[in-house]
Amino acid sequence: MAPTFEHLREADLDDEDYNEDEIDVSDLRERFEVQLEHGYDTFVVIDGLPKVTEDQKPKLVKFLLRKLNTVGSTREDLIYMPMGEDGKSLSFAFVEYSSAAEAAAATRQLDMVPLDKKHTLRVNKMTDIERYGREGRIDETYQPPKIDEFTQKEHLKWWLKDPSGRGRDQFVLFRGDNVGVFWNNEKDQPEGVVERPHWTETFVQWSPKGTYLTSVHAQGVQLWGGQSWSRQARFAHPYVNMVAFSPSEKYMVTWSNRPISIPEEGHPALSIDDDGKNYVIWEITTGTPLRSFANLDLPKPEEGRPPPKLQWPAFKWSADDKYVARLNPGQSISVYELPRMNLLEKTTIKIDGVVDFDWAPATVQRDGVKEYEQLICFWTPEIGSNPAKVGLMSIPSKEIVRSLNLFSVSDAKLHWQSEAAYLCVKVDRHSKSKKSQATTLEIFRVKEKGVPVEVVDTIKDTVINFAWEPRGARFAIISTTEPVGPTAVAPKTAVSFFCPEKTKGTTTGNFKHLRTLDKKNSNAIYWAPRGRFVVIATVHNQQSSDLDFFDLDFEGEKPESDKDLTANLQLMNTADHYGVTDVEWDPSGRFVATWASVWKHTMENGYHIYDFRGEALREEPVDKFKQFSWRPRPATLLTKEEQKQIRKNLREYSRVFDQEDADRGASADLAVVEARRHLLNEWYEWRESMEAELAEERERAGLPKDPHTHLLEAKTKTLQVADQEQVVEEIVEDVLEETEEVVVG
Amino acid sequence: MRPILLAGHERALTQIRYNLDGDLIFSVAKDQHICAWYSHNGERLGTYHGHVGAIWTVDVDPTTTMIASGSADNTIRLWDVKSAKNLKTWEFPTAVKRVEFSEDGTKLLGVTEKRMGYLSNIVVFDINPDPAAEQTDERALTIVCDESKATVAGFSYLNRYIIAGHEDGSVSQYDAKTGELIDNIPIHELNQPIVDLQWNADRTYFITACKDKSAKLVAARDLTVLKTYPADTPLNSATITPKKDFVILGGGQAAMDVTRTSARQGKFEARFYHKVFEDEIGRVRGHFGPLNTVAADPTGKSYASGGEDGYVRVHHFDKGYFDFLYEVERERINRMS
Repeated sequence: MAPTFEHLREADLDDEDYNEDEIDVSDLRERFEVQLEHGYDTFVVIDGLPKVTEDQKPKLVKFLLRKLNTVGSTREDLIYMPMGEDGKSLSFAFVEYSSAAEAAAATRQLDMVPLDKKHTLRVNKMTDIERYGREGRIDETYQPPKIDEFTQKEHLKWWLKDPSGRGRDQFVLFRGDNVGVFWNNEKDQPEGVVERPHWTETFVQWSPKGTYLTSVHAQGVQLWGGQSWSRQARFAHPYVNMVAFSPSEKYMVTWSNRPISIPEEGHPALSIDDDGKNYVIWEITTGTPLRSFANLDLPKPEEGRPPPKLQWPAFKWSADDKYVARLNPGQSISVYELPRMNLLEKTTIKIDGVVDFDWAPATVQRDGVKEYEQLICFWTPEIGSNPAKVGLMSIPSKEIVRSLNLFSVSDAKLHWQSEAAYLCVKVDRHSKSKKSQATTLEIFRVKEKGVPVEVVDTIKDTVINFAWEPRGARFAIISTTEPVGPTAVAPKTAVSFFCPEKTKGTTTGNFKHLRTLDKKNSNAIYWAPRGRFVVIATVHNQQSSDLDFFDLDFEGEKPESDKDLTANLQLMNTADHYGVTDVEWDPSGRFVATWASVWKHTMENGYHIYDFRGEALREEPVDKFKQFSWRPRPATLLTKEEQKQIRKNLREYSRVFDQEDADRGASADLAVVEARRHLLNEWYEWRESMEAELAEERERAGLPKDPHTHLLEAKTKTLQVADQEQVVEEIVEDVLEETEEVVVG
Repeated sequence: MRPILLAGHERALTQIRYNLDGDLIFSVAKDQHICAWYSHNGERLGTYHGHVGAIWTVDVDPTTTMIASGSADNTIRLWDVKSAKNLKTWEFPTAVKRVEFSEDGTKLLGVTEKRMGYLSNIVVFDINPDPAAEQTDERALTIVCDESKATVAGFSYLNRYIIAGHEDGSVSQYDAKTGELIDNIPIHELNQPIVDLQWNADRTYFITACKDKSAKLVAARDLTVLKTYPADTPLNSATITPKKDFVILGGGQAAMDVTRTSARQGKFEARFYHKVFEDEIGRVRGHFGPLNTVAADPTGKSYASGGEDGYVRVHHFDKGYFDFLYEVERERINRMS
């Protein structure tokens, strides 16, 4: 019976018949409770402190503060150090920072930092201790960590010992959805090494020494290597866009334009600290992330100008992998030390207006400098009345080694020579009216005492490309008269070569202009990895696609005008690869690959291989051809003397190799002929059997041997009956003889 | 090898056929009339008027008495070669894409387009070889292609099979008497249409041209792929040369598929491949549009190509063509003699 008003009891006054307190919602609470931050994010717990008495405490706190304030700001009263019953401290303390970011920085930078000789700080976030150290989360009994059996890794550099004994190079081809690695067989069909469909989602990339092949997926990056092409490492950076290796393959930077978002259940490699970051720096051998960074807020572009492009690589490595640096445009350069990834001397290098910087690509031994150093060069534009500046800085001392003031600068580009012996700063200058453009090349002789700077004569035109000869002192530039802009037909360009003058001693002479080739369309310079040879190409051009192969040490006659110069330029060959988009020398400098990638256009995709003289060896049109990349080689292990020895005996070696090549060619030809003979026999056997079968069946069906003869005969008869004779007249003109008389007046 | 340029059509060529003697060439184009030419000098013998739509296909019977043509006006017409009289008109609900006589000229097949709710059909008529006689209205056979539409078809040796090429890249073998499907084999890339199918002289094997940029030589008996000729452009036509072991492929980027078409990227060349070794041995330039059709002279003296540019180019082979032999071929000939 439903209760009426009269019968109402106290209990019935509740709208519901149950008591909320009695319901067990702990399971729901556990599932849905919002993780309140409790504001504990700003707290860290410091372990490993010395035990102190109440009297000594302030002293310790003061001492500690000095350390703690290097990464953030905290105060004496924000440090709580609990005391034990014996009146001594418990060797730990709670510290509150002013922000969670500072607390995070403290755990990263102060953990494992020695306080004094006996004590080492252990810094953890309070929330982490809550999360990992809460009761029940830790097994009370010690479980020894499981150590995997040692497994022998594959030999990662096996390919250097070409099984055919010919020292061939490998390359990777990415076409359609297939990625394949091949041995370069010069003129012949490349020999397949491995081929996998859908090996990568966007592109492939070799590591700088060729050890690993990188594949890029939505889940992250994978490295492959060894003879079985097994997976060597995996770096789970979701939606990764770009990958860059450190020069000696120890570290890697991955970048994604989407900030990392760590899901509730965690991430296999990254932690909650990496949430919202775009860059991750990894150690390759262990596969662990070292540190992550967010994108820098790019400065607002000026009105009417396109937003500045993302700089890649954003993180630049020093030649020996010891440092990595990132530019904060217009403000500073941050240099981090590896492997701890701490900011060098805990401060960024403030350089007002800095536009660009670059590490010396090799460790330089400067004249009269004994200490270890890596060099950074950078430039700043004119700010107010201050001139533009190019600076050369020594790391880790952060001392400016050399600086150069420049005026009326509209842009500058920094070009290091491969051994870091020279640095060329290509300076685009404008006249006072800002109308006409000119370019100067300021060359820093890094290895010479005091780093002298030489200015190569002013070039009236705009220089659109510059390239040093690797391991040499010569360079090529491409200049154009008209401003580079969106014109229908690209303006004509001029290619110029420069080289040092001859000198008596070992020093390098002044840089002199060697030759200029006018009215070209070329826009790209590709030096052979060992110098001497260079390909000047026209890429990404709809109208022309020339490839000019030059030798700078031509062994023929040298023109009189060049007798004081250290080069003898000779155009060896020209080639034309329609629609070429990319050019790459093989690591040995024997071959040049050129390709037209479907990423750029869809016309005549495929690749060509030339030898260093520009002789076409192979042309392979491939549909949906995307990428070609030679496998790099590590630096040689031979000493200078051994290399010299080899160079001396080159004739001996080449005789052996020529013989081998000839033998192989002959046997290959033989095999081809044999295969053809086989095909031909097979074909005629099939035809004979087919013809025999047909003849037999026709006979069985009572049909004449040839299906047409009797038909035609019958037709002819009907025509004869009709007796319609018709004359088809044809006039054929034949030139019997043609003479040409030349009348000499 | 100087070509004879036959400039008789005003629109894109669709098919070219030599007669059995190789002295006449019949060409059809989208301009609604059929042209007959003397092959040796390119003089026009005459034209056949009557169709009121683009003509897709033509074939001539073995005695050069009659020709058949199929058109977008939904008809197959039979003509007297000599008098140009329209002997017979068969009407269909959709366009006719291919006609072909059997090797003895007693049967004619037609392939109709799939459109407006009608499936693609292969129809067969019995032909009375006498041009004066009345031709039947009755279809001897109708094959309905409900899986994938037939694009091309032809009679094999002894009129035993009808072989059809399909839009999905497969070929079918039908019994030519009952119309029963014996076999269907996907030989080209999936859903890349086969656009041409031409026989060798005794109709025991044929060549297919496909938009997947390859041509294949296939045995009629069991549809085994004997040879494959890869090209770098979508193909429109392929033919087998008698006397020499070559095949000729024609194709090129369709004008609608490229933004800026120059002769260079268009690949508007006839390509010669060695039939047995599958090597490309040469190309003949000349057209400035894709090649829609190629045909080889049954006597082996010439070949003709018809392009989107509206021209027919007839090439008479010169001495070098006949002298060209691979070393192993010469070896074989020497051994035989």
